[in-house]
Amino acid sequence: MRVTDIHLLETTARNIRASIIETSSKAEIPHLGSCLSCVDILTALYFSILRINPANPHDSTRDRFILSKGHGAPALFQVLAKRGFYPESMLDTYGQDGSVFAEHPPTPDHLAGIEAATGSLGHGLPIGLGMALAGRIQDRNYNVYAMLGDGECNEGSVWEAAMLAAAQRVSNLCVIIDFNKWQATDRSCEVMALDPLADKWRAFGWNAIEVDGHDMAALLNALHQHPNDKGRPTSIIAHTVKGKGVSFMEDDNNWHYRIPTVSEVVNSKRELGVTV
Amino acid sequence: MRNAFADELTKLAQQDSRIVLLSGDIGNKLFDNFKGVDERRFYNCGIAEANMMGVAAGMALSGLRPVVYTITPFTTARCFEQIRVDVCYHKVPVVIVGTGSGLSYAELGPTHHSLEDIAILRTLPGMSVMAPCDAVELRLALQAAMLEDSPAYIRIGKKGEPVIHIQRPDFKIGRAIVVREGHDVALLSTGTIMPEVLKAAEILQDQGISVEVVSFHTIKPLDTDYLAVASSRFKLVATIEEHGLIGGLGSAVAEWRAMDNIAAPLLRFGTPDEFMHEVGSQDYGRAKYGLTSGDISARIVAALGRA
Repeated sequence: MRVTDIHLLETTARNIRASIIETSSKAEIPHLGSCLSCVDILTALYFSILRINPANPHDSTRDRFILSKGHGAPALFQVLAKRGFYPESMLDTYGQDGSVFAEHPPTPDHLAGIEAATGSLGHGLPIGLGMALAGRIQDRNYNVYAMLGDGECNEGSVWEAAMLAAAQRVSNLCVIIDFNKWQATDRSCEVMALDPLADKWRAFGWNAIEVDGHDMAALLNALHQHPNDKGRPTSIIAHTVKGKGVSFMEDDNNWHYRIPTVSEVVNSKRELGVTV
Repeated sequence: MRNAFADELTKLAQQDSRIVLLSGDIGNKLFDNFKGVDERRFYNCGIAEANMMGVAAGMALSGLRPVVYTITPFTTARCFEQIRVDVCYHKVPVVIVGTGSGLSYAELGPTHHSLEDIAILRTLPGMSVMAPCDAVELRLALQAAMLEDSPAYIRIGKKGEPVIHIQRPDFKIGRAIVVREGHDVALLSTGTIMPEVLKAAEILQDQGISVEVVSFHTIKPLDTDYLAVASSRFKLVATIEEHGLIGGLGSAVAEWRAMDNIAAPLLRFGTPDEFMHEVGSQDYGRAKYGLTSGDISARIVAALGRA
């Protein structure tokens, strides 16, 4: 599946946002703001960029995506279901005892479509780098994508991986930063000296691209610039808004942990133009 | 032991194209032969152990068999959470090798000592923990680990350790090897302290005490079959390790005995709950902590006198 129709991708993203909000309310799952900020990126990747086949999720030549900001799992779970890795009805078990769906991705052995269990920040990029190097060793022509949060860039292991990837001239690795300007308790540029983020990646030897992380056409354009022919890994700094898509959630960090009420779900869906 | 590790891994890599070696900026010339097999399968990951462990897990998730190698505290404690999450949670076949374990690097100070690694790594679900007594066991441990589909940790010494096994022993992960047979006392040894243990056995033999010496090259899974037999066969069982008394082989044996209500005496030799602040060689450290053949035999004699 290679959806290139921007309008269709935007509609898909709106539906995914609605499903995330409904599930958050029903199953009392937090990190809503962090999920909503990365929906457009996930939609662009899974419906237009990644060379994957949900009917054969372990195909050795597939592109790999790692949600390094594992707390965005409620978004990823909806995307994987809509992309056909498992029936959407499976999500009815969300948050129940014994379910596989909770706050973070399980291991690949426990859910189709998952490449790595994350949730502890700073792990996804090193794992992705290992997968990218494995592709080189095994002569397999796949790309590895890892989505990191801006707060996650606090972790030293991110920059360890960045340096090794550049030294090894790993060109099949792409980082996408969901730069929503918040971490759990404060502005991400105030907790640590994160800015200038794109320049940091450039200084680490990466090809850095800044993009509006909610502009579907711009996102696809940025993602199509990977892999480049310069022998460098790619870092896409996607400027996003935490809680994107719902006016009363946007850029309000209370939605890092808050659970929406039933009426807030109704209002959210109205704003998103989702009726079902 | 370092040379045997490099040599054995090179041989294995010639036979198995999935084997990849990740080094934490160590072993400059040591791995030249390995690189000669396939340069694309050697990575100097720099002084960045957290990333190195994650990279290894990513490679293993892609069907490779990575071996991670650096000085013990840096390949264990430094990146413990990466081992826990990336390697063990995913249950991938990463082989972690810690060189200079115990007090091998005594002169370098406590930053380079490793007296907690067995304790912390054996807490991790699915992780095998091995401490071979010599280069022969190390080669066999490496071969065995490569056949497993789960994580393994192998702690090794440095260089120049004496060879214990003149003949190739029958090696199986989780099954102890009897190095010397006896009937009064069983000395269960793990890792490179073995020569001291064998000397202690000689001293005891001269005093009319028959000693069985066993290489517990695997601490996890523990050879409980041997322990069950030993607890009825011997007047006294002792564990000896160049590792802290908290959490090592002695702890593992004591845990098993408590579960099975074994009341027979158990003596544990290991390092106490402290850092070694003064400078000294490995022999100095062993003497300080009662791990020489003289210390071991004297405590055994005293314990038998009381028993």
